[in-house]
Amino acid sequence: MKGMTLIVKKTTQLIAGIVFLYGIYVIIHGHLTPGGGFAGGVIVAGSFILLILANGSDFLNLTKEETGITIIENMSIMIVLLIALAGMIIGTRVFFHNWLPKGDVGELISAGVIPLYNIFIGFEVAASMLTIFLALVIFKEEITK
Amino acid sequence: MELAISLILIFMILGALYALHAKDLLSAVIACGIVGYGLVICFLLLKAPDLAIVQIVVETITLVIMVAVVLDSTKEEKFLKPDNQGFINIVTAAVFMVVIFYFLRLAAVNMPGLGEGSLRMAKYYIEGAADKTGSANLVTGVVFDFRGYDTLGEGTVLVTAVLGVLTILRIKGKK
Repeated sequence: MKGMTLIVKKTTQLIAGIVFLYGIYVIIHGHLTPGGGFAGGVIVAGSFILLILANGSDFLNLTKEETGITIIENMSIMIVLLIALAGMIIGTRVFFHNWLPKGDVGELISAGVIPLYNIFIGFEVAASMLTIFLALVIFKEEITK
Repeated sequence: MELAISLILIFMILGALYALHAKDLLSAVIACGIVGYGLVICFLLLKAPDLAIVQIVVETITLVIMVAVVLDSTKEEKFLKPDNQGFINIVTAAVFMVVIFYFLRLAAVNMPGLGEGSLRMAKYYIEGAADKTGSANLVTGVVFDFRGYDTLGEGTVLVTAVLGVLTILRIKGKK
């Protein structure tokens, strides 16, 4: 895949970081404001997709095998499972039990384990969206070669 | 508000019908975008910002990927002549449509009106959810606390989808 013109490249390089930070904000504030792991994860993936579409597939050296991102995806869904399993050991012994102290409603650090679920589901969604996109790009590279 | 939602729904149906009959694949993909963005406006009118954010982001990303795929492949859709099999398909679809509309009509009588009251289970979630889960956002409280199994299932579906995509798109075997 070839890149676009210089204007598009420079603009995306300026914007992509802000989009990435906004995605992180949506994930972290998932238990306070609208949004959460699913929406924020797709925004984070969108910042990378923007960069790859504008700069071409040589930009991130994409012709190699991309295994790191699949490992992140599988690890984060496993961590979600482990946090849920920890509820069976600590406290009232129920799967998906909220075993951390809940704190004040409306604070950034509150709601027990819900922010942790948000963060890891965000990782998982971002990694899986990016994996699908990279698989399509690498498929194209292999076909044209 | 019901009038506005009905207008948007009619617009979405027109977009979907156009996407079916468009000759050019690129315009069909963009017409599919009408359905997604119309749904975003419906969610905003029904005061569901969480769903609207997810829908608008996912719609944009999928539209970008679909446009990128269509631009790199053939734009023309292959024309296939309808045969006896197609006739049977049309009859089956018509029968299913009648059956589904009949049962939908039966079920719609018993549902509460738009914006009037809430279902019994939803009422339990709304009352004191902030105290039970500690989360200020009610939707996140429901998604990660009351309905945790659902969210785990969604994550597993994503992992399975990625595995399927990687399996299909792999040309060279792993060395």
